[in-house]
Amino acid sequence: MAVVTEPKSSDELITIEKTSDQLNTITLRIARSNPSEGHETTYSEFKVPVKKWTTVLEAILYVKQNLDHAVAVRYSCRQASCGSCGMKINGKPSLACYTKVSELHSNVITVEPMNNFPIIRDLAVDFKQLISNHKKMKPFIIREDSEVTPESKEFSQTPKDLEKFLQFSYCIKCGLCNSACPTMATDTSFIGPQGLAQAYRYVADNRDKGKEDRLKIVDDSHGIWRCHFAGSCSHVCPKGVDPAMAIQLLRGYLLGFQK
Amino acid sequence: MVRQFYLVIKMRESIIMKIHYGTALGAVVLVAVHILMRMTQNFGQSLQYQNVIANYHFLPYALMLEVVLILLSVHGFNGLRVILLELKQGSSYEKMVNYGSIVAMAILIAYGSRTILMAGMGIS
Amino acid sequence: MAERLSNREGIKGMANPTRYGMERVAYWLQRLTGLGLLAYLIGHIYETSTIVHGKIAWDKMLEFTQTPQGHIFLTLVIGMCVFHTANGIRVMLGHGGIGVGKPGQPEYPYKAASLNYKQRLCIWVSIALAALAMMYGASVLFGD
Repeated sequence: MAVVTEPKSSDELITIEKTSDQLNTITLRIARSNPSEGHETTYSEFKVPVKKWTTVLEAILYVKQNLDHAVAVRYSCRQASCGSCGMKINGKPSLACYTKVSELHSNVITVEPMNNFPIIRDLAVDFKQLISNHKKMKPFIIREDSEVTPESKEFSQTPKDLEKFLQFSYCIKCGLCNSACPTMATDTSFIGPQGLAQAYRYVADNRDKGKEDRLKIVDDSHGIWRCHFAGSCSHVCPKGVDPAMAIQLLRGYLLGFQK
Repeated sequence: MVRQFYLVIKMRESIIMKIHYGTALGAVVLVAVHILMRMTQNFGQSLQYQNVIANYHFLPYALMLEVVLILLSVHGFNGLRVILLELKQGSSYEKMVNYGSIVAMAILIAYGSRTILMAGMGIS
Repeated sequence: MAERLSNREGIKGMANPTRYGMERVAYWLQRLTGLGLLAYLIGHIYETSTIVHGKIAWDKMLEFTQTPQGHIFLTLVIGMCVFHTANGIRVMLGHGGIGVGKPGQPEYPYKAASLNYKQRLCIWVSIALAALAMMYGASVLFGD
């Protein structure tokens, strides 16, 4: 379970308050590439003024607005709900809207497109494989009596039933987990942590009767068995979905640890 | 015979991985015994020719060595198979890796078994 | 061309396991030790096969392996074996859903329950056991 952490010391608070209205300037390095035109990746550097609360997305949009309109970047909600702005920030997959410049503790910030996704242009990547793998997991409740009839009642769930799958339903399909996964780095056929976690989301849902179907799908040489519990997916997940836990719990069904 | 061999190749990944885990657990115990046998005497002395031959002539130990060989070969080459499958994909490459792992396992088991049999039967 | 277009990190992604915490380092070490142990197994099966060629061949093999360099190599193998075993048991239990925490309501800052102190402790214990085994192994090998 998550715990809100207190600041480490009162000195830290004072430092932040002192610099809150000050403008600092950081160097933002943006990876630029256009694979459809055959352009190799280059890095454009920009000086960007930032404040205490400036997010990486705001820094990129500053560049787009004032310095280079051609930077391609996906974003939408600006509040870590839509999952559009996933990118590599200083080598680690993160949501740009959810990462403050100040928490990177660096005057040079490098933003690159997420690994393991084909690049469309600059920071925008292709999500076709993620979506197709997600669809393969049958991301819907499977049961025979799902049609609404005059006699049917709602599928009731207790809070305990809900807790078993709730956190996995918070996935925003940002793709950060797939980008961090060491297996995805080399295995083009691997389902990926996102798909596997979503398979578990439905298997753990007591309204669903499609467990055997989904277990058959993931029991493949490029399925659940290519996860080795490196935990990088959970390390980068911005919503606390913890795909690593979902995958191991799903594997528990295949190994007979869970019924 | 070919059909049985083909069925072995077509094992579900869950069965293969259960074998991987099972061989791991078995190997942990038996390798510990194998190493401890070297501690029954002074280490240098335990590696002397006559002492090693005596180990091979002791049937339970020779059988244990055979089991360790099989367990570790299966576990090791299956692990290598997994790493190779993750590095590159494609149906002909994957078939090559799968069959190659089985062949490599078989070769290592055969070669090691030859040593155990010949040493155990006093053939040199 | 297809690989470049897919933007996969490739083996280079393995180069810096510290980016993602201790669990990624443990995964990386598990792979390295596994490959190392497989190579050692093949070498060991070959070296022990010299027994069938008689005492002279066996003694010649011992001359080659019972050297300071051979002992250092064997000490490393002992360390690899103990780490791979101990970490492997942790991973196997994790694969069964043991020690990975329980699902619940995620709360900010969304610390993953599967990356808990038990997992990190087990990784450090594996490394410590490997170090202890190496020290003991070296004392036996070099103490002879």
